[in-house]
Order: sequence, then structure tokens, then C-alpha cells
Amino acid sequence: MATYLVKRILILIPLMFGITLITFSVIHLAPGEPVEMQVAMNPKVTKEARDRLRKFYGLDKPLHVQYLNWVGKLVRLDLGRSFSPDNRPVVDKIKERLPITLSLNIIALLLEFGLAVPIGILAATHRDTWLDKGITIFVFIGFAVPTFWLALLLMYFFGVKLNWLPISGLHSLGSDSFGLVHYLWDMAKHLLMPVLVASFGSLAGLSRYMRSSMLNVIGQDYITTARAKGLSERVVIYKHALRNALLPLITLFGFSIPGLIGGSVIFETIYAIPGMGQLFYQGVMSRDYPVVMGILVIGAMLTLIGNLIADVSYALADPRIRHG
Amino acid sequence: MIAARWLMLLVVIQALTVSACNQSTPIPKVSEAKDGKPAYGDAIIEGTIGEASTLIPILASDASSLSVAGQIYNGLVKYDKDLNIVGDLAQSYDISPDGLTITFHLRHGVKWHDGAPFTARDVLYTYRVTIDPKTPTAYAEDFKQVRNITAPDEYTVRVTYGAPFAPALASWGSSILPSHLLEGKDITKSPLSRHPVGTGPYRFKEWIAGQKIVLESNHDYFEGRPYIDRYIYRIIPDTSTMYMELKAGTVDLMNLTPVQYVRQTTGADFTARFNKYRYPSSGYVYMGYNLRHPLFRDKRVRQALTAAIDKDEIIHGVLFGMGQKAMGPIVPGRWAYNPHIKDIPYDPGHAAELLAQAGWTQKNADGILVKDGKPFSFTILTNQGNQQRLLTAQIVQQRLSHVGIDVKIRVVEWATFLKEFVDKGNFEVVLLGWNTSQDPDMYDVWHSSKTNPGELNFIGFKNPEVDRLLVEGRSTFDIEKRKKAYYRIQDILADEQPYTFLYVPDALPVVSSRIHGIKPAPAGIGYNQILWYVPKTEQVY
Repeated sequence: MATYLVKRILILIPLMFGITLITFSVIHLAPGEPVEMQVAMNPKVTKEARDRLRKFYGLDKPLHVQYLNWVGKLVRLDLGRSFSPDNRPVVDKIKERLPITLSLNIIALLLEFGLAVPIGILAATHRDTWLDKGITIFVFIGFAVPTFWLALLLMYFFGVKLNWLPISGLHSLGSDSFGLVHYLWDMAKHLLMPVLVASFGSLAGLSRYMRSSMLNVIGQDYITTARAKGLSERVVIYKHALRNALLPLITLFGFSIPGLIGGSVIFETIYAIPGMGQLFYQGVMSRDYPVVMGILVIGAMLTLIGNLIADVSYALADPRIRHG
Repeated sequence: MIAARWLMLLVVIQALTVSACNQSTPIPKVSEAKDGKPAYGDAIIEGTIGEASTLIPILASDASSLSVAGQIYNGLVKYDKDLNIVGDLAQSYDISPDGLTITFHLRHGVKWHDGAPFTARDVLYTYRVTIDPKTPTAYAEDFKQVRNITAPDEYTVRVTYGAPFAPALASWGSSILPSHLLEGKDITKSPLSRHPVGTGPYRFKEWIAGQKIVLESNHDYFEGRPYIDRYIYRIIPDTSTMYMELKAGTVDLMNLTPVQYVRQTTGADFTARFNKYRYPSSGYVYMGYNLRHPLFRDKRVRQALTAAIDKDEIIHGVLFGMGQKAMGPIVPGRWAYNPHIKDIPYDPGHAAELLAQAGWTQKNADGILVKDGKPFSFTILTNQGNQQRLLTAQIVQQRLSHVGIDVKIRVVEWATFLKEFVDKGNFEVVLLGWNTSQDPDMYDVWHSSKTNPGELNFIGFKNPEVDRLLVEGRSTFDIEKRKKAYYRIQDILADEQPYTFLYVPDALPVVSSRIHGIKPAPAGIGYNQILWYVPKTEQVY
């Protein structure tokens, strides 16, 4: 197990370098430059002013020098400073937004898996009954409905018509003076709609996965054996079948980890949630290279770690991988 | 200059009358009848789609930053409600008869938000840091025209120019920065970018990234304490969400889209809770022809294109009528606007005649005009993310097809649009908009020396008379002389049609009717913001 782990970790190093190179190239291949975006079409900006800005951001240096500068800092875990007018360290910008996106995504992910697994099992054990069909219709509605549309409808209904829930944002005005309980309750009310809408869409994929995986397992000989032994249906399904049926879902779980730091732009824009999605989108649109590259590298790193965790969990769950 | 002093006095009188006869001003509003007395307190929440980037204004180039900074800082001069330049941090100013020297007499007793006194030192520092080559600012150009700047005493600043430069006065409207907090430090790393200290009506309280910026009224403001205690900017990137927040009462002020203004904000319930305002914005939308392209070299062709486009139809269809026809580069209502421009009215017959004169007489099997075996066909390029421009292009496309011109539309993402097409002159027709400054100087957009890659005369317009008039217009302070120059420029552009000027959209702000004291003027509604108030009985925050 230990050698397996070491091998897996060593492979990550060259991969990381490849990723930085690709990230850097891709963002620099995109037409347009950060300076261009800040000053374009402004009659007050002369060529000297542009050159001054380019020099300030180090864009006047040859590309390979820019790359080495960036990677050199990256190795020391420094993501550099943003190319937007505030010129703040990229780390600060990410730190500001990461907790929001992360907590929102973790809640949504737990909710998704927490709902998808029982829904999938239910659908599998009641295969082809009205319950199965009802569930199918429900989750596919969630899959098909455009998020932004559903979000707007819910906002209008619960926010404007009924006035039960706040429409957007994270806190009410004056929440700083609330007591802790009140503060958390206020935040929970703000998060309720976004989390529900976010989970609803991905329920379909996960629960169908769970259902087919469960059906697959139920058809196996050892389940028949278990039933023949006279075990109760509950023990057969939840003790023998479930553990095997969960394997593909573990893979999916591993894949979801890098997604935790990425927010959806549409979604964050509609609910005015200052998360990573908006930061990244604005970064791309204004060609804020350090921000874009910083987020991409962190995302890539988490993907690698996520894969590692998935592989290790596989190894733990399946002795053939562990020893092979 | 005596005129300027008089103007100052007039403004003071006006300000007094405004606060004295608030009740009698005829704004047709339901709530006006039970209008309460001005009172201190409450808060106003403005919805904004973009977040400020930095609150050191000389480093910022985005509208959101500049709008917040405008509440916190002052310039030496500002525009009043009728768009005249008046003193702000300067009590008054004189311009020497030769137009080379401006002397600013600063207000006494003004304090920075941290209590330090404001003096001429701050003005000198602001000038120095702006022209410092190490400062990454976009606004150095106007200050570079300064030949010499001195401060004879603590409250006087004297600026000398090499040649008379009309936009110079307005350039001193840029925010004055506190030298006692910035002098000798790296401005790009200053904490002031997130915690600004200014002299303005509101002082900075807090900024929660991506969510809100909170300002508190400055009780020692030199024009008097603002009535409304807090000014809060809420960042809501989506306009539909913002509109719902408005209806739920959690946003007090926002800008409406034309469709929201016309269709979604009517009815007794809405009009009782909100006041809508409407006035021309300071920008215009145009179609610019690449004059280096053989298709558009002939003036008659450009005139024909304009005659073939129904501007009213565009305003009706795209803006729901919330705008007016543009005929030249100066928007209606400005002093330099020429009311007698000879417009080319919508007339497809006339368009066909002009095209025939230019040699476009035959049509091919598809009904497209042909000359020397080549069809009259071009692509309109516009930027992604602006639905109004796309719709405009589609209406233009349809109208031009009626006179036998084949138009394609291509939408390109902004960065690519600039870098690959506009800067390289690699386009046939662009559909874009300009935001104009209050000063009519438009040297950078129309002068023949500004046609290099990356400069703003990207359509390649060259006209010796316009060149001469542009220089004339910016090198005198005499309004009448300037007027003459700019009137003539507008006549020439109306005849040459290097652009088809399409429309000036209206600004459509909506404000909660809880907020009283708003008096729309040519400058919009924001100019008297410190006088806005919420009567005691209506205060909610």
C-alpha cells in the first residue's frame, strides 16, 4: 500500500509542471491583453499611458521570462498580484471568496449524494413500478430545467410574492449587529434557495447512476445466494448490495472534489453570491492572467488530489487493486 | 475671470432656494402631497452590477469604482446641475486673460475624513503622483500639459500651461488625494485602495468583497451634513435579480433597462412606491465605416446607408422609445450641441438615388447591388454581451437589404474585438457606442493624427478642416469661439457621415419614493444628493 501511494504521489510532480505550462500558454493565446481591457476606448489614454501600464504588469518582457517569473513564484506558493487596478495579491482575492464557494458546494454536494443514494436505491428496488417512474420524471425535470429560470421563478415566488425568503446575497442589511443564532439563521435563509437549486440539477445524473449500479449488483449471483441463505431483504440490500453498488459513486465523489472550488457563474450572478465562479469569469473577461492562472492551477491540483483520493479509496475498498 | 465668480454666487443662491422651497417644486408624484420635512437619518441602498476595483480614483478606470469614489473625494472643480464648471474644493478660480494660467483659491477649513486639514500640499501631491511614470494611471495626459504648478500659500494653487488648453479646467475635477497618507509611499500598494480617506460628503465605513460597500455621512462636510446617514452599494450582478430586490424593497435605487421602464414598472402599486426618472444619457451608439475600405470611400455611399436606416424604428424597437436620434458626436442638451444639424432623414428612395450616383445601378439575381462584378456586401462587427447593439444590427441588416445591400453580422468577445479587429483596422463596419465627457473636446476621436493602431480614430477619418477646428476648439476658453468651432465640426460630420449616428439612449434611474428632494436637471439626479432626505415618518433603517 505504501509503495503504491508513493508511486502515485511522485507521478503528480511532472504532471503539475505540464499543467502550469498549458495553463500559461492557453491564457496567453487568447487575444487581448489586460491593459487593453482597462484602457481601451478611453479618449484620455495615450500610447505612453498604455506602455506605462504594460511595464507595470511586466507585460513588456518576453513570454518565456514572464513564464519563468510566474512559475518561480508559484514554486514558493506565491500566486502573484492581480492585473486589475487594485493590484492585490491573488491569494487574498481567492481567500475572500473560497470559503463561500466551498461551504456552499460542500452543503450542496452532501445534499446531492445524501438524496441521490436513497433515491437511486428506492428506484432500483422498486424497479418499473409507479414509484420508479415518478422518481425518474422528477429527477429529469430537475435535469432539464434551466437553472437560471428556476432560480428566477423561485426568487419571485418566495422573495417578492410571499416575502418569506431573501432574494439574493448572503446576509441581510445590519446582520453585523445580530446575535450569533440570529446571524446564522439569517445566513441559512439566504442559502436555502441557492443550495436547493444547485442540488436539484445534479440529482438526476447521480441517482440514475446509483440506480443502474444497484440493479447491476442485485442481478449478481452472490445476492441470489444471500437471499437463498434466508437473509432479510433489508440485510441483502443494505449490507451486501449497497457496499458494492457504491464503488462507482466513490469515483464520482472523487471527481467532484476539484469542482468544489469552482462556482457556477450563472448561478452566482443570479443569486449575487461573491464566489469563485464570478472571480474566474471576471478574470477571464478582463484578461487578469495571474487570477485566471492561479485558479486554474489550484483547480488542477485539486483534480489530481481528488483522483489520488479516489484511487486510494478504491484500493481500500477493493483488495485486488491494493495488492496488484 | 469675473464670469466664473458670478456663476459661483448664482449656484449658492440656487442651492439656498432649492432647500427653501422643496415643497412647492412641481414633481408630479403621489407622495408629494404628504411630503415631510427634511430630516437626518435612514440609509439609501443602490444596486450596482459591478464591484469597484480600487477606491484610489486615479488607479481606477471602471464606472463602479469611480461612482463610489465620487462620494468620498472631491476635485477642485465640478459640474453643477446645468453642466457648468464651478468650484468644489476650490472656492473660486481665475483664468488669466491669455488663458495660460489658472489660479485656484482653495476653501479654508476643509478637513480630510481623518481630521487632517486639506491644503495646497494635497493638490500638488495629486498632480505629482498622477504624472509620476511609476504610477499606473490612465489619467496623466491632461496633467502633462501643465508647464508649471506652484502654491504661493497654503490655500492657493497656480497652474501654468504652455498653450491655452480648454479641457484643462475640467481636468482639475479629478479627485484630490490626501498627501499626508500617501506621500513617499507606493500608491499601488496603499491600504487606501480598500480604505479610502477623502474630503467628500460620505466617508468610507466598510467593504465586504463581492457584497457591499458602506459609506457614512460626513457630518463636517463643507457643503453641510448630508441628510441621509448611510449610502450603501449592494453588488448584484444580475439585473433581473436587482429588479426583484427593488420590488421587495431591499434596493432603493437602480438603473432600469428600457423594457423594465416601459413594461414592468407601471401600475398604481409601483408608482406609489417608486419614482422613475428619464433623461438623455451622455453616450451615443453609432455605426462606424472603415474609411480605408474601398466600399466606403465615397461620401454618397455613406449618406445612402444613413438614408436607408430608419433610426426611429431602431429607437422604438430596441429602446422601447427610451432614447432619441443621434445626429452628431455631441449629445443633445450640451452647450456645444448644434441644433441645426442637417440630418439625413429615412428615405429609401433617396438612398437608392445616391447609390445609383455612386455607380451602384445593377442588381444581381438575389436582388443585391452589383458594381464591376462585385456585390455590395459587408459585415457589421459588434461586441458580445450587448443585446441592444445586436438587435440594432439586425434591424439595420433588414433595412439595408431593402435597398439591395447584403449585410452580415458578427459578434465578437470584447478583448478579441479590440485586439484583432479594431486595433488592426481589420473590419468593414463596427457598431459601437461612445460615452462622451462633458467637455466637447473630441480631438482623440476625430483628429487625423489619431489613426494609428490602437488609437481612437480607428475608422481613419481625415479632414483638414476638422483637424484645424479641433485644435481651435481646445485652445481657447472663449465659449462662443468654441461653440463656433464645434458647430462647424458637427455640420461637416453630418455631411461626411463617417459614422451613421444612431441613437442616444436615455438614462432610466428609479428611486424609492421614500427618498425626497430629488430634482432632475441636465446633469441627471445625482448632483444634489446631499440634499436628498427621508422624512422621519418614512425612515426604515
